[in-house]
Amino acid sequence: MSILIDGKTRVLVQGITGREGMTRTKLMKEYGTNVVAGVTPGKGGQEVHGVPVYNTVKEAIEHEGQIDAACVFVPAPLVKDAAFEAIEAGIKFLVLVPDRVPLHDTLEIAAFAKKMGARFLGPNTLGILSPGKAVLGMIGGRAQSAREWFRPGPVGVTSRSGGITSAISYYITKAGFGESTIVHVGGDAVVGLPHPEIVKLFQEDPETEVIVMFGEIGTTQEERVAELIEKGEVTKPVIAFIGGKAAKSGTRFSHAGAIVEGGRGTHESKVNRLKEAGAYVVDSFMEIPEAVKKVLKG
Amino acid sequence: MARLFEYQSKSLLKEKGIPIPRGGVAGSPDEAVKIAGEIDYPVVLKIQAWVTGRANLGGIRFAENADEVKRIAGELLGMKVKNFTVEKILVEEKLDIEREFFAGIIVDDAEKSPLVIFSSIGGTGIEEIAREHPESIAKSHVDPLFGFKDYHGRELARKAGITGKLIIKVGSVLSKLYNVMKSYDARSAEINPLALTKDGNVVALDCHITVDDYAVYRHPELGIEIAREFDRPATELEKIAYRVEKKDYRGTFYFFQMVEKVPPDGKHIGFHGAGGGGSMMSMDAVLNAGFKIANFCDTSGNPPASKVYRAAKIILSQPNIVGYFASGSGVASQEQFHSARGFVKAFLEERPEIPAVLRLGGNFEEKAIEILHTYLKELPAGVEGYGRDDSPDFCATRLKELVEKNGGKPHTPKPYSEYTPKEGEYSFETITGRIYIDHELCDKCETKGCVSECPKEVLKIENGRAVLNMDPEEVKKGKCTECLACEIYCQFHGAGGLHIVLPIPGLKEYRERILKEIKEG
Ligand code: SF4
Ligand code: SF4
Repeated sequence: MSILIDGKTRVLVQGITGREGMTRTKLMKEYGTNVVAGVTPGKGGQEVHGVPVYNTVKEAIEHEGQIDAACVFVPAPLVKDAAFEAIEAGIKFLVLVPDRVPLHDTLEIAAFAKKMGARFLGPNTLGILSPGKAVLGMIGGRAQSAREWFRPGPVGVTSRSGGITSAISYYITKAGFGESTIVHVGGDAVVGLPHPEIVKLFQEDPETEVIVMFGEIGTTQEERVAELIEKGEVTKPVIAFIGGKAAKSGTRFSHAGAIVEGGRGTHESKVNRLKEAGAYVVDSFMEIPEAVKKVLKG
Repeated sequence: MARLFEYQSKSLLKEKGIPIPRGGVAGSPDEAVKIAGEIDYPVVLKIQAWVTGRANLGGIRFAENADEVKRIAGELLGMKVKNFTVEKILVEEKLDIEREFFAGIIVDDAEKSPLVIFSSIGGTGIEEIAREHPESIAKSHVDPLFGFKDYHGRELARKAGITGKLIIKVGSVLSKLYNVMKSYDARSAEINPLALTKDGNVVALDCHITVDDYAVYRHPELGIEIAREFDRPATELEKIAYRVEKKDYRGTFYFFQMVEKVPPDGKHIGFHGAGGGGSMMSMDAVLNAGFKIANFCDTSGNPPASKVYRAAKIILSQPNIVGYFASGSGVASQEQFHSARGFVKAFLEERPEIPAVLRLGGNFEEKAIEILHTYLKELPAGVEGYGRDDSPDFCATRLKELVEKNGGKPHTPKPYSEYTPKEGEYSFETITGRIYIDHELCDKCETKGCVSECPKEVLKIENGRAVLNMDPEEVKKGKCTECLACEIYCQFHGAGGLHIVLPIPGLKEYRERILKEIKEG
């Protein structure tokens, strides 16, 4: 098993004829992802790496049947429109790859997705990969690298940094283990499926035995994972590393933010909360594979 | 987040119908006197700077008449606070205040929606008030598809303990504030204090708004120069970097200086990361190795070689750095040889006498490292390339060794120079620059390898000379990805006829200025 996707997931690529859309469709297909259709308004009738292109999402569904997931590669200002189109057409899982999506657009997408019972990764995500099954987005860059770097196994990886997502997983593979699913939750302040949601999915996934989380300063995601562990909703071991110790702590200007967050969001707060809750917090990124070994080999 | 000054924030409030004090912004004492003359005395003068606690810093003053306005304005303008030089002051009527409230909106990442907060006690120390008097605070999430209406505002005011007719005025301010937030893509908007005046009006006395960096393009009217979070005005070098980023949408380029003038302490290095998480991890490593960071820089998201080149040139514009460290996550999905070529071009032009450690782990890292080692081996202080199996800590220690070997020699930037083509030299435009080909040199060239080096088949050989293989318009629109492969090949294995010029507006003047400063001590 894996979370959110598997080898059968029927995938639609929005923005398939653009620079990124084309390159990543090739990666996804070569890795084995079941890409069944693409959409670029005005370019219906073409083909990209053997994938038929349609003008609208509904047109794609009329011809190809049910779509399980949409991978969005349109320019940032157009992401909201593309996401709404996919959600309204009944697609239940989206991967919003582009960086620089306006925050208020993301908020609207989140509200609409909630209403329609859809979920999304991103924005600003490299996507999700389940070793040997499928990749949505651009983790790995090339199918050949993705096959070398990631292997099926019991470690669930969730990360807030794109590059780190691959890096952690690569070092875990190198240490002789494998990953159930690798998730980049997205680098923005507000994302569709933040750490706590992904961690809950890993908890339910029978294949996942240990969860590795790369956190960063800002937002309340890591603190909320600590809460889940404390409440007993997450019982699988969680190994965490929080980046950004060295980052200059930004002078805070928003009183409203301070009132709500009440000291959450800092490096210290995240590390302390996770430790209190019983997570394995490592001080150096390179200690992660060692920690995985300890947990799995007991 | 791009911050707005108080006077800018207030003009947005006014536009959406929230009352603000009468007054205006002044850049000179005479302007201040003129504005004061149009309202009644006494007036208040407030420095416009992104600092908290302006009153305690002496940045908020009162004046009874025109002479005082002139004198005080003269003292405030040019005043230095934190990293700021005050350039503007706000001149406003002084109001008689009955009560102070607080109104703010932020985005709650857990709920993925805006959160409106109102407190019936406001003013300085609002954070302590919130802790000590939780009953005075009311909060409400907003459905972004529906909005925040007047009645939502009234309900919030009621819950915070406001009674009577005042509920109507406060409620309307709250819904209008949400309107400001949404219309201008703000990430946060807050009015503190929101004042009830003796004559019964509800007026915004101070206001902070930050605008979403990613949505600044929708608001040219705000005149935001750099859509990035700063707690001080941008430095000249940061402005130069930002212009590069703005002109080239491929990948991300982010640059800011930790210190505007690097001290000659032998500890500061130029930092060049790739990707947020990888950069943080790499920064931790260099700090652990005992270095200090002169600047933060991030080129990621599959940037073209030209962008990495420009970033390196900008980093190497900082005198006194003793080393150059580039490192990302180590397992990048992009093709790393593009970045390698960007470094090669920049380093060959600058020929820095400080060592560099460049960790380019990821796809095609072997090729990337080979490019660095082949073309940069002549550089005096050493340039070493590493890949995904070399940890950031190892690389940082390696840089430390190289810096020591180099005697901690500080960097001195070179005067900026650009290739000068011959008259009538063959050339064509690329997306952000221009490629020149000297055909007399092509005539002497035995390899003609520029053609086979180009992955996009932009070039061909005609009568023994390299020329365009396609419509120049296509090339300019991005067919040539500025990967720099042809130039590096030509310079080392051809007859050296091909040059790619990638201008960086403002850098020439910048270098001239700093070199002059160095000369004058
Ligand atoms: S390699 Fe250089 S000199 Fe040789 S043909 Fe190409 S551009 Fe001309
Ligand atoms: S002409 Fe070809 S090789 Fe040269 S920079 Fe452009 S894309 Fe690269």
